[in-house]
Amino acid sequence: MICRAPTLEGSDEDQLLRVSLGPQHPSTHGVFRMNVVLDGETVVRLKPVFGYLHRNHEKIAEGTSYLASMPYTDRLDYICPLSNNWAYALAVERLAGVEVPERAEYMRVILAELTRLINHTAFLGFILGDMGAWGSALMYAFREREKILDLFEDLTGARMMANFMRFGGCRNDLPTGWAERVSVIVNDYGPFLDEMEKFLVGNEILLSRSQDVGQLPKEQLLNGGITGPMLRAAGVNYDLRKADPYGIYERFEFRIPLGEKGDCYDRIMIRFLEMRESLKILRQALAQLPEGDYIHPKAKLRNFKAPVGEVYSRIEGPKGELGFYLISDGATNPYRYRVRPPSFVNLTLLEDMCLGLDLADVIIILGSIDIVLGEVDR
Amino acid sequence: MMLAAIQTDESLWSLEWLPRLPQRLVEMLLHKLGASEWFVDFGGLLAAAVTVVAVFLGAFALLSLIERKTLARVQNRIGPNRAGWFGILQPVADGIKMLTKEDIVPARAEKLLHLLAPILIGLPAILALGVIPYGREWTPVSLDLGLLFFFSIGALTEVSVFMAGWASGSKFPMLGAMRAISQMVSYELPLLLSALGVVMVTGSLSLPEIVARQEGYHLGFLPAWNLLTPWGLVGGLVFFIAALAESNRSPFDLPEGESEIVAGHMTEYSGFKYALFFMGEYLGLFAISGLGITLFLGGWQAPLPGLEFVPSWIWFFGKLALVIFLFLWIRATFPRLRIDQLMRFAWLCLIPMALLTLPAAAIWHFTGRGFLSWVVTVPLLMIPWGILTVIFNKRLAPATRTYRFADS
Amino acid sequence: MNQDKMETPAAPARWTWPGLGLLQGLAVSGKNFVQSFYKKERMTTVQYPEERAPISPNFRNFPFLCYDGDDPKAGLRCTACTICEKECPPQCIYIVLDRDENGKSLKRPKVFDIDISVCMNCGICAEVCPFDSIYMDGEYELSTDDRFGGLMLGLDRLSKSADYHMKLRPEQATEVMERRKAEEEKKAAAAAAKAAKAKADQEAKEKAAAEAGASGEKGDEA
Repeated sequence: MICRAPTLEGSDEDQLLRVSLGPQHPSTHGVFRMNVVLDGETVVRLKPVFGYLHRNHEKIAEGTSYLASMPYTDRLDYICPLSNNWAYALAVERLAGVEVPERAEYMRVILAELTRLINHTAFLGFILGDMGAWGSALMYAFREREKILDLFEDLTGARMMANFMRFGGCRNDLPTGWAERVSVIVNDYGPFLDEMEKFLVGNEILLSRSQDVGQLPKEQLLNGGITGPMLRAAGVNYDLRKADPYGIYERFEFRIPLGEKGDCYDRIMIRFLEMRESLKILRQALAQLPEGDYIHPKAKLRNFKAPVGEVYSRIEGPKGELGFYLISDGATNPYRYRVRPPSFVNLTLLEDMCLGLDLADVIIILGSIDIVLGEVDR
Repeated sequence: MMLAAIQTDESLWSLEWLPRLPQRLVEMLLHKLGASEWFVDFGGLLAAAVTVVAVFLGAFALLSLIERKTLARVQNRIGPNRAGWFGILQPVADGIKMLTKEDIVPARAEKLLHLLAPILIGLPAILALGVIPYGREWTPVSLDLGLLFFFSIGALTEVSVFMAGWASGSKFPMLGAMRAISQMVSYELPLLLSALGVVMVTGSLSLPEIVARQEGYHLGFLPAWNLLTPWGLVGGLVFFIAALAESNRSPFDLPEGESEIVAGHMTEYSGFKYALFFMGEYLGLFAISGLGITLFLGGWQAPLPGLEFVPSWIWFFGKLALVIFLFLWIRATFPRLRIDQLMRFAWLCLIPMALLTLPAAAIWHFTGRGFLSWVVTVPLLMIPWGILTVIFNKRLAPATRTYRFADS
Repeated sequence: MNQDKMETPAAPARWTWPGLGLLQGLAVSGKNFVQSFYKKERMTTVQYPEERAPISPNFRNFPFLCYDGDDPKAGLRCTACTICEKECPPQCIYIVLDRDENGKSLKRPKVFDIDISVCMNCGICAEVCPFDSIYMDGEYELSTDDRFGGLMLGLDRLSKSADYHMKLRPEQATEVMERRKAEEEKKAAAAAAKAAKAKADQEAKEKAAAEAGASGEKGDEA
């Protein structure tokens, strides 16, 4: 009987092991695949492969009416559908010059910041799962996330697939008592974050696993088009809510937390701090929430036509710069529809971050990028 | 016949005789049947072995449920509660599920080794369980070299783990096996060294003897366990951490490393073979916790004076439950270490500290185990610990970061 | 970790006992373990088939068609205008207009199919419907072992009464009811007015005719 070693092929690369991490793998956040070449446990090469969840989103959107694309944007980054809704609505509004009433703007800010809370909370759970902490952090995160999802269900009718924003406002008004329930959650969230920080931040294993892992020079991050918490963790002050304000973000007082090294630990901490800033924005927005229309009275639902032209509009999504690029030829459907998904662009530097590190680090780095395959593959 | 079989030194109601009953019964039966001396002994030992296996297989089934329940509670969930009252039949359901599942052997697997690995993985644990003293009157097999036997048998686990990893003919199991070997070999060392202090103080490798020497109380209430001595505390901690690693429990579960290498050496196993791996892991957990209790927690000794009326084996299993809860608690809390950190931790922290327990134990022994011993051994252990802490803070400690906020 | 601490610029690394952070983590998970036995906010699990979390009145699932009165066929509000069919993003609605033997539209659907294996519960059909006919259902236990027929809802399974709508979403249904009533009254009033006008016209005509006849008679007489 001859014992065969698992594929050690090639002549000068005898000692290298080619491993396909994914598409079915416990921690590739869906159906992502990494073709990794390992020397022992050290990564020598890494090739990301994606497209397993490709749904032809952009082409479908070019074939249907403007409104019909709205529910599809929910399914881009399904952790934070409301931000996607807003980004798309904003693009169409800019293209067609639709006004948005005051109340709707406030509602959008509240929903977007709640979405940011959801996303970052879930991120904490996911990355701890990637590190091998047996799901406790994830369950705590999901317990709190569920409370916000209940709010979303009451408002939009669905926990995740909201389909809530319309060109010129939102689909329906806040149910009675909804704003008060948000303030309860906002008040409870601080203690929850304290608990999570106590649970995670001082943990020596987490510190040693995440510090000095996956850092890249600022210049490379900027050249790679990285945005969002990943870029801010490296100390680049780039947050579209300040850099290119949209909606009514100029009215709120909040700060942009910046890291220094840009390693996985900074990425975790930046998200903690961003959540606290989001809570601040939520408090202000809830206090200022005016009465009035939730959608512009003249907003058109059916037969919506945008004038000939093109627009690129972007928001600071929880994962980074989420942009929509639309070209209209005056018909009821866009001539060209393009999404700039943050998690896809953030993924481009994956190999550079992982080379020379351990297999275990690759998983954490992938986790710290915070991808959602619905958005990467579209 | 029953009464004769009980043959206890103490009163009938102390129940000390209970776990030994099968052995006694078989011996008496064989004796009555006129079997030869060696056959009677053999039958008795077989009965004792069957008792141990039965008890711990039952405990394994129970633990598989308790583990899920505990983890669930830590994670604010309820856990399995559908099969039977509070999910008590869940292990049965799991067993049926595992038995009826398809057994998949990869095409490129080494068929024989692939089959042998899960069969062999439980073996060392079962053998090791045989030498542990569970009660005042019950040590299934009392060996003079019990401790040595335990360690030499325990080292066999690595072989079957590597067998599984290699024979699967697949990459994740191979990676898992590589990790397992390096981890288990490194952690065997602190495990052994930390146990050595106990041997030095006791002067015996016999496990019942080690337990017997931990009898009594300091100051009238503090049990004279090895854990409550300076060297024993350090040794016990080192032993506990090394035991975590030896039994592949979180945060040292790298060989299984679910989020990285799927299930490590068990990736290519399904159905009952997979269940056997689980069984082996749990039995190993019982064995190593049992040894830890024997060495440091006074084995079956009662924790407080006046509680000796409770059967001693109840104390043993109580301590076992406590230690295993600690294992589960840790599993529910900690992330996993990386392989290089794991190695560094073993060689730079655990082994020096374990080595230090040896002179400390020697001094303890020769200074009369009294106040003077404390005065000498505490600094002996604290100073190197302090040095390690300083090194940790200077060189290894992950930095605490500060974050700034953008002005605009 | 309070926020002031976060703002201090590059403080030297904290001096720590190794393992302190780990103990802190253990304390948190231990707290969760203990509190999960008595604290409701920690243990939020709902035991599904026995107890159900209340669903929100806004909750939406697959669409249904609303009908007035008792007869699902006669009272169906749908006029088969196919607006929802056109607007449906995944194109899961299929409508065939019912016609009489002369080919004249009967303003009701002969076939109205929704393939709920395609439907993505977006609710756009309900939003665009101008006849208050299609609404989103709240029913969510729809699993079936019939993969094709069981997931293709026809008129028989889609039609649900206005009372059901009222029970499901009282607020929306009341508003719709009132609006429809008002419209109907308006329509009835308009029809009445029209009828009255027609009657008046008729009467006037008859009167005129009668007058003309009378004058003719008169003339004859004369």
